[in-house]
Amino acid sequence: MASVFEYAPAPESRSIVDIAPSYGLFIDGEFVEAADGKVFKTVSPSSEEVLSEIAQAGAEDVDRAVKAARRAFEKWSALPGAERAKYLFRIARIIQERSRELAVLETLDNGKPIKETRDADLPLVAAHFFYYAGWADKLDHAGFGLNPKPLGVAGQVIPWNFPLLMLAWKIAPALATGNTVVLKPAETTPLSALFFADICRQAGLPKGVVNILPGYGDTGAALVAHPDVDKVAFTGSTAVGKEIARTVAGSRKKLTLELGGKGANIVFDDAPIDQAVEGIVNGIFFNQGQVCCAGSRLLVQESIQDELLDSLKRRLSTLRLGDPLDKNTDIGAINSAEQLTRITSLVEQGEAEGAERWSPACELPTAGYWFAPTLFTNVTQAHRIARDEIFGPVLSVLTFRTPDEAVAKANNTPYGLSAGIWTEKGSRILAVANKLRAGVVWSNTFNKFDPTSPFGGYKESGFGREGGRHGLEAYLDV
Amino acid sequence: MPTNAPSAAHALADVTASDSSLRRFLHGLPGVDAVGLEARAASLGTRSIKTTAKAYAIDLAISMVDLTTLEGADTPGKVRALGAKAVHPDPTDRTTPATAAVCVYPDMVAAAKEAVAGSSVKVASVATSFPAGRAALDVKLSDVRDAVAAGADEIDMVIDRGAFLAGRYAKVYDEIVAVREACGTGARLKVIFETGELSTYDNIRRASWLGMLAGADFIKTSTGKVAVNATPANTLLMLEAVRDFRAQTGVQVGVKPAGGIRTSKDAIKFLVLVNETVGEDWLDNHWFRFGASSLLNDLLMQRQKLATGRYSGPDYVTVD
Amino acid sequence: MSDARLSVFKTYKLYVGGKFPRSESGRVYEVTDAKGKWLANAPLSSRKDARDAVVAARKAFGGWAGATAYNRGQVLYRVAEMLEGRRAQFVHEVADAEGLSKSKAAEQVDATIDRWVWYAGWTDKIAQVIGGGNPVAGPYFNLSSPEPTGVVAVVAPQESSFLGLVSVLAPVIATGNTAVVVTSEKSPLPALSLAEVLATSDVPGGVVNVLSGVTAEIATPLAAHQDVNAIDLAGADEVLAKELEIAAADNLKRVLRPQPVDDWSATPGIDRMTAFLETKTVWHPTGSLGASGSSY
Repeated sequence: MASVFEYAPAPESRSIVDIAPSYGLFIDGEFVEAADGKVFKTVSPSSEEVLSEIAQAGAEDVDRAVKAARRAFEKWSALPGAERAKYLFRIARIIQERSRELAVLETLDNGKPIKETRDADLPLVAAHFFYYAGWADKLDHAGFGLNPKPLGVAGQVIPWNFPLLMLAWKIAPALATGNTVVLKPAETTPLSALFFADICRQAGLPKGVVNILPGYGDTGAALVAHPDVDKVAFTGSTAVGKEIARTVAGSRKKLTLELGGKGANIVFDDAPIDQAVEGIVNGIFFNQGQVCCAGSRLLVQESIQDELLDSLKRRLSTLRLGDPLDKNTDIGAINSAEQLTRITSLVEQGEAEGAERWSPACELPTAGYWFAPTLFTNVTQAHRIARDEIFGPVLSVLTFRTPDEAVAKANNTPYGLSAGIWTEKGSRILAVANKLRAGVVWSNTFNKFDPTSPFGGYKESGFGREGGRHGLEAYLDV
Repeated sequence: MPTNAPSAAHALADVTASDSSLRRFLHGLPGVDAVGLEARAASLGTRSIKTTAKAYAIDLAISMVDLTTLEGADTPGKVRALGAKAVHPDPTDRTTPATAAVCVYPDMVAAAKEAVAGSSVKVASVATSFPAGRAALDVKLSDVRDAVAAGADEIDMVIDRGAFLAGRYAKVYDEIVAVREACGTGARLKVIFETGELSTYDNIRRASWLGMLAGADFIKTSTGKVAVNATPANTLLMLEAVRDFRAQTGVQVGVKPAGGIRTSKDAIKFLVLVNETVGEDWLDNHWFRFGASSLLNDLLMQRQKLATGRYSGPDYVTVD
Repeated sequence: MSDARLSVFKTYKLYVGGKFPRSESGRVYEVTDAKGKWLANAPLSSRKDARDAVVAARKAFGGWAGATAYNRGQVLYRVAEMLEGRRAQFVHEVADAEGLSKSKAAEQVDATIDRWVWYAGWTDKIAQVIGGGNPVAGPYFNLSSPEPTGVVAVVAPQESSFLGLVSVLAPVIATGNTAVVVTSEKSPLPALSLAEVLATSDVPGGVVNVLSGVTAEIATPLAAHQDVNAIDLAGADEVLAKELEIAAADNLKRVLRPQPVDDWSATPGIDRMTAFLETKTVWHPTGSLGASGSSY
């Protein structure tokens, strides 16, 4: 939106973060090269600039890391809970101290706006460690019986959309309960996990308790298949989640999966409209829509469709897309060329299937991976853009006439991660929330997260919960 | 610029016929979720306005100030000093824009008028038994006529909050219409809701529509005399109301947050709210004002800082 | 005059959607006691029977999950009441099925009845034990509650044909799931008789469906079925369990792996209930009472 009040660039300083030209694997408290010497490059998705060269873990490295974690397990699990707690509190504090640096780093490596890394990712990361730190010496009171035991070595594979936050969701409860971990960050966003390794060093965490193995899908596959791994936790696509479920079948490995979604955001005619518009925008454009619990299907009551769409389009026209380090940027870069291709292809299919595409006037930078906020109207349940997870800034708009129909459409998906309800009528919120088959229901809000609040899916969105007391269960032999 | 209020009232004539028809209409407006509203206002508050944008915003904010003195101790001398400052806010830098208006009690209008004579600065007067508004209608109207007769360009009236909270919407409406009439064709009318007393955001949205239906040229948050005055959230809500009112009726109405805005940083946050909610049509002192007194000096110090690169201090701006 | 009266044999049938059909396959298999003596012919369920049972279980799910917890408790307790009345029949069937003495079989049946009572009491308590409010750092009301997973395929234990069966079935339905039960392959009769009790105990049709036959033949299509949400592998051997778990991954069924059970009569914990519960977390803004309470 061209305005007389044009905001001057307000970039966050990049100098706060010092990225080394290369990083090794973090195994047994040391940065080491990959056994086969393989490396890969990580680039900044907003500029395609190479940020660093990263050692790429292979099967041999996975074995080394699991052995290190196994060695560390005996002492770590035998530590009094209060001592483990103090390590986690230290980590939480160091993250708070270094949060600006980590926010800039995450924005560089992931492409999401600094506004989000600064105000959402990093505060949640620190909060998650604080929360689980407190559990470490209170497990007897967590409702799993006295003296619940850790599982052993946890193999954890995390995605690129919230690199450090997903690390926190995995590592904090694992360590609090006395497990040791081998974690594989995503190949496009390895840096914050490697900085976390340095935080472990600063916190004095015993070597081998946390091991970080950057790599691609094959590294993750080797990790979850390793016979000495007792616990597998994965966040990512449903297709890979199914593959992992097959891999661990018949083994002792405890499995939790946090997978895809196609969340419905249901807006009734008595909704608080201005807040609903904000919720819809936040639901699908937060982190460029690269969020498993995104509200990617807008279900709007037919009677207010026009009014709502007008408001929504007007609001989308004010979104500021561009340099993710600019503090005023709302929409950053898509994480990778591959993801951009996927989004583009699904959007083209949406058009080909007859849905009506709309985007605000929006200039895309020439370098990097970018996709304008996009809205599809005239979408039905039969359209592929209403069924497949796009994982991008693309909203499909469908209509409904009655609460029954809204619920039926919302549940008409193999996924079941999130949903939103917008209405001023309290009984309708509770009735609809009750019928939705989704693990997280936001009423009159969207995309809210908290370490105390269990998060996870129904159906093909996975199983197990992360966060809260519930999140301990995944890492205890109960 | 369109200020044809009677036609708006005409378009929604059925609505204003009685307490019950007004209630049906006002209570049929979309509800406001307080947490969501405040979160949006806070999120816009994180905009980082730097360099050229900041310079623009500071000058714009200065030009939007209704420089206000509303004290029992006001004298013609105090008002003259205020008027001089409104015309030339920074005696050391004549490029500084004048403020939009001075805002005084009715008996000070003549003195104010004299002080700003020949400048662009308007004289606004609070009226209708400001700030409580607890007087008979004819007393209020006579208050208004006094101020208008003394040359007030703008009248800042208070609504009858008691009647509003008691559901007597027609009484509130009729009073505004009567005051509007008393303003004649010359004076623009700002309607103060005293949002802190209306207490809920739903009420603020309803009051905004009630005021606009009755012909307000501006809707204004507060008197500055209660605990909670202008906030980013209530101002955002009122901006949404004027936006929606124009979309429905074609009539543009101004917004004036008043009370509690003391720093440039705060003022710029409000301008961001304007920019991103209603856009540039309202980025003009004909459509947006700050009711404030101490804000101006902070804006001036920030302006000096931008011009010289060093921080200014209170000794370098005038105390008037 | 002969004192030996010719007894009336019972035709054992499947239990699907509240009805007692024969197997769609038209086939039966011979069931013998521990010593090899013929007891009855049991229906040999086919994959189509499994399919029909899933349809029935899905149809029953909404009503059963939506029933009040108190109501489900009443129904489960009614099952115990009805079993108590037919105690002698089940002692006889369990003794035959598992080669137990009358007194040992009676212990099994008593423990089974008590198991229904245990779970009847759990229906309206489990949500309080494992759900609750979460103190999130913001102006939101946040509540986590357990909800039933959906249709659960239950591969019942092979050895403990009655106590084991009820120990895996009752926790599934106590929380509002519906079940498709694959009975013990060699000892299906107590399970098939239990179906008659369920049918007369206010358990809505389709909430429990009972299939006898070759475990692998029935369990395999159930594990692969896209409209089954979870599977309890209690009665699957190691090889079958792995195959079923792999098949279950196709729609990410919740899988409860077989665990060694020394003594089914031990007091169960809540694990068998929580294995088939989802946690739903609902957020709602709270905020201040009014605009005047907001900070600036």
